[in-house]
Amino acid sequence: MSAAVPTNDGLGRPAGAGLEVLRGLRRDTWTLALWGLFLALLVVAKLVAPGYGATELTSLAIGSLPIAFAAVAQAIVVISGGIDLSIGAMMALTSVVAATQMKGASPEFSIVVVLGVLLLGLLVGAINGLLIVASRVPDIVVTLAMSYVWAGAALLVLNTPGGGAADWLQALISGSLVIDYLPRALVVLIVFAGLVWLPLRRSRLGLSLYAIGSSPLAAFRGGVDVQRTKVFAYALTGLFSAAGGLTLTASTGIGTPIPGPYTLLAVAAVVLGGVSLAGGRGGILGPIVAVFILSLVRTDLTFIGVDPNLSTVVQGVIMVGVVMIGAFVTLRRRTA
Amino acid sequence: MTSAPGALQGGARDGRRAAAIRRIFRDRPLLPLLVLLGLLIGSLQVAQPGMLGPAWASSTIRFAVPLAILAASQTLTMLTGGIDLSVATVASMSAYIVFTQTPAQGPWVAVAIALVAALVVGLVNGVGVGVFRVHPLVMTIGMSLVVLGLITVYQRIMVASGSRIPPEVAWLGSGTSFGVIPNSLFLFIPLAAVLLFILRRTGFGRLLYAVGDNEAAARLSGVRVWQVLVALYVLSGLLAGIAGVVYGGLTNTATAALADGLLLPSVAAAVIGGTSIFGGRGGYEGSIVGAVILTVLTTLLTVLQMPEPVRVILFGAIILVVASAYSRITGET
Repeated sequence: MSAAVPTNDGLGRPAGAGLEVLRGLRRDTWTLALWGLFLALLVVAKLVAPGYGATELTSLAIGSLPIAFAAVAQAIVVISGGIDLSIGAMMALTSVVAATQMKGASPEFSIVVVLGVLLLGLLVGAINGLLIVASRVPDIVVTLAMSYVWAGAALLVLNTPGGGAADWLQALISGSLVIDYLPRALVVLIVFAGLVWLPLRRSRLGLSLYAIGSSPLAAFRGGVDVQRTKVFAYALTGLFSAAGGLTLTASTGIGTPIPGPYTLLAVAAVVLGGVSLAGGRGGILGPIVAVFILSLVRTDLTFIGVDPNLSTVVQGVIMVGVVMIGAFVTLRRRTA
Repeated sequence: MTSAPGALQGGARDGRRAAAIRRIFRDRPLLPLLVLLGLLIGSLQVAQPGMLGPAWASSTIRFAVPLAILAASQTLTMLTGGIDLSVATVASMSAYIVFTQTPAQGPWVAVAIALVAALVVGLVNGVGVGVFRVHPLVMTIGMSLVVLGLITVYQRIMVASGSRIPPEVAWLGSGTSFGVIPNSLFLFIPLAAVLLFILRRTGFGRLLYAVGDNEAAARLSGVRVWQVLVALYVLSGLLAGIAGVVYGGLTNTATAALADGLLLPSVAAAVIGGTSIFGGRGGYEGSIVGAVILTVLTTLLTVLQMPEPVRVILFGAIILVVASAYSRITGET
């Protein structure tokens, strides 16, 4: 049957070189605008609090790390045309598994634990994907139901917050590297996400992710195994959720079985980061910048002396506002 | 009824019977749900003989009503292919406003303020989704952040004035008349009737299905989609506000996170009830049964004395199994 399917050459090739440049420019405009916003917020922080420096940057990076991993996890699955509402629960599960296994363990064994937890994330995510493919129930429903299952499993592992984290793991994300202004947490994020995402993006599988997100039917006709790619996308989401769970354990020193607000924050960051919820468009850098923007807004507002609770309001407004502006701009460009 | 030409083999006959059953279920989507509900109630009887009775029914209904009202928000928005993830925060807000405004304003004004606030949140959602074309997930998550922040600030302002549960609200949420009839039914039955009427008999209801089925087609046939969406999200916010008042009366507490635990069940109730998350298909009657099923399920898992983690896991697994079985049986996805 594969004889009739043409080779995949045309899948990633642009319809026209000029169009591709234009599209790339537009995509980059969004990310560039996000970087601009981020830098502006940093400048504001520096202006309002002249003492703002390396230490604050480091704590910003550590604080944002779990959300950043959650955002990458969500971005991958959204690019492939799905959505995962169980990310927070998967993070809780992997976090408590890591915390219980690492408590009192030798550094050597805790390396095994970290690898094992990442594998667990892959497995848990793959189960989500398999269930979606097998049940033919919409992604959002399956992952919603599975969020209960993983949250329950987390409670099963650890009923109350506890456990421990290996010293090297905690050291891995605290402090800075080489120069004061390069937080280790940021390096960990970039290295981990880069090692997984960059080779993938260039590969056939990565292309398939975008293809099934863009149009499952076209991807299928182009010879992509849609179901396998979907399972793979969810497995990757599980992997990044596990990384998020590990950083939760590492930054707090314990495991907490109750899922944090990471799932919905991740959806927000993904959209803010220029990934279309319709699938097939975007990358992981935008969502990461978006996470830092949302965290930095909070810091800035605290410096200015705004009630920290109001900063939640501002976060929400920014999220909605930026998306509105984005929609407005695309709308005008389309009609122009 | 009429036999097909040619000899029927056993397998083919079975297939035909399955198709017939499927057709019955497709024409009457409520049937499998009611069967499931019956099974759950049956297992409850087996698990704890003598538990069933007027008192049990009364308490089940009291807990199902707020969930069913929130599920109405989800059902209506899901019919247009949207979703409203701000309902839980709006419900908590509304309960909190009622509780804190009662000492100064009296219960009726307090409830009015709460519902107006809920309506305003819905209006903002509607303008965002309908006019600015923001994805409903993003719009409603964003709004729930905004509302959450505002309640927390409000909480700090109001901390001195104290809060009081108005007896009228407690009566509505947790009281019963004639011994067993939950008072919340006096609110819920007319409300549900109006919603069912809107969905089945009015132009607005039909527009919701039309927009969810094919928005472009609806627009081309002259539907002002943005107006439909604004009205829809206003209604959704208002329903969430009402649910919050009832739930506050039921639990006798008001915090910023009061109704958070109802968000996912409200989506689940609508999904179990057969409303498609992609829009255009479903109805409120299914969601009501879905809300009752989830409530009975929670009772059953509690009665079975399972540890909490297992209960949570089973809750999720059963939602998944039901949603999957439902889509298999009715042949819908």
